[in-house]
Amino acid sequence: MTLNLKQHLKDLISAPGVSAYEDPVREIIAKAWKPYADQFLTTNLGSLCAFQFGTGDAPRPLVMIDAHMDAIGMMVTGIEDGFLRFTQIGGVDPRILPGQMVTVHGTLAGRHDLPGMVVMPAPFLLPPEAGSGPLDMKYLLVDLGLRPEEVARLVRVGDVISFAQQPMELDGETLAGHTLDNRASVAALTVCLETLSRQQHLWDVVAVAAAQEEVGGIGAATDPVKLKPTFAIVIDVTFASGPGSNGWRCSELGKGLPLTWGINDHPALYRALVNTAEEYDIPISREPAPSGSGTDAFDLQVVEGGIPVVEINIPLRYMHTPVEIVALKDIRRAGRLMAAFISDLPLDFMTTIQWE
Amino acid sequence: MKKNRQLAQDELLNLLKTLVETPGPSGSESTIRATVLANIKDFADEIQTDALGNLIARKGTRKEGGKRVMVSAHMDEIGLMITHVDDNGFARFLPIGGINALTCLGGRVLFMNGTRGVIGVERLEGTNIPTLDKLFIDTGATSREDSKVGVGDVCGFERPFLDLGQRLVAKSMDNRVSAAVAIAALHALPENPNEVYFVFSVQEEVGIRGAITAAYGVDPEIGMALDVTRTGDTPKSAKMEVSLGKGPAIKVRDSSFIADPRIVEWMIREAKAQNIPYQMEVLEAGGTDGRAMQLTRAGVPTGCLSLGCRYIHSPSEMIDRSDLVNAIALLVGLLSKPIILD
Amino acid sequence: MAKNKKDTQKYVPVMGEEELALLTKLSNALAVSGEEQEVRAIVKDEVTPFADSVETDTLGNLLVTRHGTAEKRLRVMIAAHMDEVGFMLVDDEGNGIFEFRVVGGVDERQLAGKSIMVGRDHVPGVIGAKAIHLTTPDERKQTLRADQLRVDLGPGGSGKAKVGDRGTFATHLQVIGPSLRGKALDDRLGVFNLIQLVKHAPANVDLLAAFTVQEEVGLRGARVAAYSFNPQIGIAMDSTPAHDLPHFDGESNERYNTRLDGGPAIYLMDGATIGDRRLVNWLVETAQAEGIPWQFRQPNLGGTDAGAIHKTRAGVPSVSVSVPQRYLHSAAGLVRIDDCVNTLRLMWHALARLDASILLRQEN
Repeated sequence: MTLNLKQHLKDLISAPGVSAYEDPVREIIAKAWKPYADQFLTTNLGSLCAFQFGTGDAPRPLVMIDAHMDAIGMMVTGIEDGFLRFTQIGGVDPRILPGQMVTVHGTLAGRHDLPGMVVMPAPFLLPPEAGSGPLDMKYLLVDLGLRPEEVARLVRVGDVISFAQQPMELDGETLAGHTLDNRASVAALTVCLETLSRQQHLWDVVAVAAAQEEVGGIGAATDPVKLKPTFAIVIDVTFASGPGSNGWRCSELGKGLPLTWGINDHPALYRALVNTAEEYDIPISREPAPSGSGTDAFDLQVVEGGIPVVEINIPLRYMHTPVEIVALKDIRRAGRLMAAFISDLPLDFMTTIQWE
Repeated sequence: MKKNRQLAQDELLNLLKTLVETPGPSGSESTIRATVLANIKDFADEIQTDALGNLIARKGTRKEGGKRVMVSAHMDEIGLMITHVDDNGFARFLPIGGINALTCLGGRVLFMNGTRGVIGVERLEGTNIPTLDKLFIDTGATSREDSKVGVGDVCGFERPFLDLGQRLVAKSMDNRVSAAVAIAALHALPENPNEVYFVFSVQEEVGIRGAITAAYGVDPEIGMALDVTRTGDTPKSAKMEVSLGKGPAIKVRDSSFIADPRIVEWMIREAKAQNIPYQMEVLEAGGTDGRAMQLTRAGVPTGCLSLGCRYIHSPSEMIDRSDLVNAIALLVGLLSKPIILD
Repeated sequence: MAKNKKDTQKYVPVMGEEELALLTKLSNALAVSGEEQEVRAIVKDEVTPFADSVETDTLGNLLVTRHGTAEKRLRVMIAAHMDEVGFMLVDDEGNGIFEFRVVGGVDERQLAGKSIMVGRDHVPGVIGAKAIHLTTPDERKQTLRADQLRVDLGPGGSGKAKVGDRGTFATHLQVIGPSLRGKALDDRLGVFNLIQLVKHAPANVDLLAAFTVQEEVGLRGARVAAYSFNPQIGIAMDSTPAHDLPHFDGESNERYNTRLDGGPAIYLMDGATIGDRRLVNWLVETAQAEGIPWQFRQPNLGGTDAGAIHKTRAGVPSVSVSVPQRYLHSAAGLVRIDDCVNTLRLMWHALARLDASILLRQEN
């Protein structure tokens, strides 16, 4: 494979792209996908869609492979004496914030990416209800290291804040950093597109880097109205076992791909995917999701008349912190599993996707 | 296109007074709908009411360089619905929308059938905030039989409009002040290439429901909600950068949706071009019709023009007169030209 | 004997490229209390060409002497501590996961979700935190304590580190506008300034520069260093908190301790030392005479190496001077470059005009 996965993943997680503000990462993804795409489209709410047409007779069915590209982050809500107050975009545990490096994307005097840090005021600067335990986000501040006049010149309420943790290569062919949820899955889409471009497939494929998943599946709820896919595969990260995280919801890093089994996942699609995995010797496991998977699948499934969906997961440690960890092997496997599945699809595949 | 004219200040205030004093909790919007209709019918090209009761008024047809825009101001207000009348004529209720028990104590209500009452509370232990099930409505009835209201009857809060000069106070500034903005803009909108649907939506307070169907029907290219937002300018308030009198607020996000950044930039450009003071709004709570419009069909780039309002969801909500006037000017400016989003 | 001594006529400190490179090396080095080797090596390299003697004592303090040439010279000990707060690996759970405990006063709320480094090779790792999705609201009200968190070096990382290795946050020093942001600025700033003083020491004092160890765990290095040096005056150069953030409800901030941009902070009284008034006045007079901005550190808890020095043998009049810093003992502290340079300026000028008769004054 010509794709340098590690570098691609580092590029992906180094591009800002907080929910609704995905422009920078969309550009990076478009560039990476260009060699493998016949046509691009950006939806009304910002999802990037790359078509790779198939070789079957028209009209060809369309499979949608979806990975959300947006990141969790924060947003400036106030400026006091040069310090920034902020709120979250997406789910951020305030306990990981004190001492965290961030980038504030100032827009008041042109676009400036400003290095900052989340800080805790001393207890006597807080009201008694703040307590001595973890501080609520409303008590935390961002210090940009600049004097107040300079901050007032560069930053305004509404400016977006990203995590600034640099990617780290850890042992065991793993990468640590922020926004591996869900750029790891976007990288898997790249692997899939690259692999498919060297293979025949009858079906049309559209890879979707979806917008605004972290704030309620906004892209997923609207993209299919435009794209009208026949069925969809969603790739997202799932919990990897590790410190503080064990039990049935967790899978081991680097040991294979959990496939979700639950209300959002069509059982016939699930079985077909399992067959492909077994045929190509890709280790998989079953991840139970009794009441929903908390991914784009949840929203895709019920758009208009409904869409059959199946999910592939990439295990990830410390989700929604700036030190998430993934195994590169799992990303490659996910990309290859999708490519194998798609290239084997006969044109009449959907006749096998029935309920008992 | 139909005619257009500016509302004079006193006309605007009279309109606002009429709107806020009209009863109309979610699901019981017929009276307020009629009031709005009477005020817009000579200025809209086409008016319809959809299946849920949304009032949809089109002005203009889409021309070269124009867009189909939906402007949504919910016309419903919070209220109460009776769940039970006891043997002594006291009525228990369920909230319609977000009701805070603290703002109910001693409050006066007006039922859709004209009956009036006051809200009482059972004895309180210590200083705990009562839950709503400890409250009841007293209409002066002495028994279930002679009560003029029964299960299912709906009431809103009742307070007269108050003009304090620069500040204006009433119940249901949320969201009748936005309805006033929409009506005034509909009146004043000159000839332009856009096709604008002014939607006076229903059932926002119980889950942004009216706007969902209205938006599906209108199928707009751009969505603009009009609503109120909190301010942070009262003693030890929750932190909020919006203040009364510093201009209409351009919403960046609330907890129901994130405004399309291109729409935000477009609104800022227009405010600057017209020298209208404006504020950036990030609300860590609340929801508006914007959410419903954004999620319609294949997705709609959406924003929201907000008015700062103190004491939201109390019977004495307060807005600033200049903010109201500036909001109208900003909205008319935005809609009366070709819309270019970068 | 010293091989070369810079011309010490008048020293004007700056924070240029060369200085920044040295400070960066110092800040980025890993030297947790008990294993200060990496910083000791850097200091030794820098000061040896300028010193009359350089020795490492039994605890690992680097004791550096540079004699003056004036007739009546005072023996002045200046201490700056080389160690930083951090953690030690205490148990290997396999697969690159280690249990750890903090060394020195680290607020446990600073630990979760950070990148760290371990051991002589600066092996990269993380201290993760459970995914928010797997937590309950009640759980999120509890601080994640050090014994619940783990160092994660990646699967297979067990071979790269062992129980007993020390580590800390993996922050790199950065210039941001008027500020420096980095880890261990407490007290690599003091170490840096003391190196410059050794290089440019005025002739009228015998400078006894103690680059101490184990300050963060009880002022332990300074104690033995002061005994060995047996000085006449003791000065600690450290860093102290600036709590100059806004009050949540807009009330006035009356416990700020020090403020950024306020200049070097002179101590009156902290939890370990009541500063000798004569020395305090000497520093204030110097600052005023030379037009150097300065501030008093608010009387408060806390302590510096002066706490150990002033109680040595028969007693040593002592005082402390610190660079104001926000966010001590976290992944990164923040200081103003001007405050660092002005602290060095103040110390140099104070030494240059130090009169031996100061100890005859009665000002307490």
